[in-house]
Amino acid sequence: MRLPLSALIGLTFTSAFVFIAVFAHLIAPYPIDLSVGKVWEGPSAEYWLGTDTIGRDILSRLIYGAQITIFVALAASVLSFSLGAFFGFLAAVKGGWIDQLLSRGVDLMMAIPALIVALVLLSVLPLNLTVLILVIGVLDSTRVFRLSRAVAADIAVMDYVEAAKLRGEGGVWVIFREILPNALSPLVAEFGLRFIFAILFISTLSFLGLGIQPPLADWGGMVKENKDGLIYGKAAALLPAGAIAALAISVNLVADWVLTRTSSLKGGRGG
Amino acid sequence: MLDGLKGPPVHPVLKLLVQRLALGLLLLLAVSAVIFLGVEALPGDTAQAILGQSATPQALENLRNQLGLNEPALTRYFAWLGGVLTGDLGISLTNGSDIATAIGQRLGNTLFLAGCAAAIAVPLAILLGLVAARYAGRWPDKVISGATLTTISLPEFVAAYFVIYLLTQVIPIFQPVAMVFPGMSFWAKLNAIALPVIVLVLVVLAHMMRMTRAAILNVMQSAYIETAELKGLSPMTMIWRHAFPNAIAPVVSVVMLNLAYLVVGVVVVEVVFSYNALGQYLVDHVTKRDLPVVQAVGLIFAAVYILLNMLADIIGILANPRLRHPK
Repeated sequence: MRLPLSALIGLTFTSAFVFIAVFAHLIAPYPIDLSVGKVWEGPSAEYWLGTDTIGRDILSRLIYGAQITIFVALAASVLSFSLGAFFGFLAAVKGGWIDQLLSRGVDLMMAIPALIVALVLLSVLPLNLTVLILVIGVLDSTRVFRLSRAVAADIAVMDYVEAAKLRGEGGVWVIFREILPNALSPLVAEFGLRFIFAILFISTLSFLGLGIQPPLADWGGMVKENKDGLIYGKAAALLPAGAIAALAISVNLVADWVLTRTSSLKGGRGG
Repeated sequence: MLDGLKGPPVHPVLKLLVQRLALGLLLLLAVSAVIFLGVEALPGDTAQAILGQSATPQALENLRNQLGLNEPALTRYFAWLGGVLTGDLGISLTNGSDIATAIGQRLGNTLFLAGCAAAIAVPLAILLGLVAARYAGRWPDKVISGATLTTISLPEFVAAYFVIYLLTQVIPIFQPVAMVFPGMSFWAKLNAIALPVIVLVLVVLAHMMRMTRAAILNVMQSAYIETAELKGLSPMTMIWRHAFPNAIAPVVSVVMLNLAYLVVGVVVVEVVFSYNALGQYLVDHVTKRDLPVVQAVGLIFAAVYILLNMLADIIGILANPRLRHPK
């Protein structure tokens, strides 16, 4: 089948970002935390994108920032995915009070905006990478839970699941060997959306000063560091902002393509 | 359904409304418990947070007694809840000021900002949604949908800085900081918050417009729209007279849901523009680890969010003619 242009653009940019993130140490021309030039220098042959608020090379920081942003977002979305999908399937398969307990709990969590919950939690918890990944992952797992519960509820009434239960397979078998393979395609598209959400979430937290702490740098934090320059016409803050936008849009394009592809495979279901 | 058989018949709309209201109140109570008890259950010591790592055990113990931290969590929760219900939100840990007074000063600013954004975003989103639905699949639709898809992918603060750069540096017509003083005239205030309002409008417009478009397109597939088309009505009259009235319920609930979303957007945008209001107050005190303030403001944001969601459902119930006129 032919790859649509938008998906091609999305895939190219997404892979480029991932490549940069993986090989950050080899690509970045300067160390992450070294003042090499004057404050807010313009782009030059030496510093391709100029320097930041204390004279660090912006290109290098952007490259290292890609690494930390993508790593945290990926870890958080994998976590939210595993949690959400597992409990979603469990609720759909077991039904009864387990389903009620989990579903009402998720309803409650989704009744409060995720950012507000995160802010309340982060006022108590220590600010480090593990805590950030856990907070974002758990908060976001509610959406995955709803989707996977709905998908699994459709599958759980199929004859082959019934057959598996009748031949005496346990809950774990039913979830991982019967339901998961058949629920995978809608969940893969959802993974892209969760990844974008995690990028935006971690960037917003870092921008508010409650995300990734120095000396590590992520894109949201870089916007925060350089925002005062805007008043003097220094556009340094727009570079990490643009990077966030570019990554979010390109992953969105890919997820959109996967979504239409999987839903057309299933005869338009879920579209 | 069975209720109609026994006892006097209750109007189904009334029953639904009462159920929804009760659910909303229950949710509010549960959320207050999560915000208070959930946070208490996390590792972390308020006394230690105030006094720092170097505090002596004796000083810590004294402070815990003074703050009532040695009481059981449930006792403190009910004391807190009672305080919240009577308007007493406690004392800030960092500067000892009364939280309710501080919130009172800032709540107005937040409502002013969000209200202005809503007043512009709602009519604009509905209008654009109508236009996009009218020209579905043609270029005006593609332009509007494409532009809004881009803004959906942007976090609020990224959109904010692009707008700031564009409107203060490239075309210098606005001030980058939104300062509002108590003595300012209404027009001066409006001028000061122009930029944050533009950003908030951009952020909510996309969702609202796309959902309006979807709601109208959904109605456009009904048989009576085909009849109107066959009568020879122009497309815009058709949408305005036949599709839109039937799409009001979904559109209103879309609007409400997005106003709830505005509640979150406002927090970030206030920080971007150093706008002295509730969101900025919340983020400041999260940084300072001032738990009572965070809990109080968090509860207010959550309550507004829940109320708007509840209002969306209630309007949806009221606007549904099938529920209002049961057979």
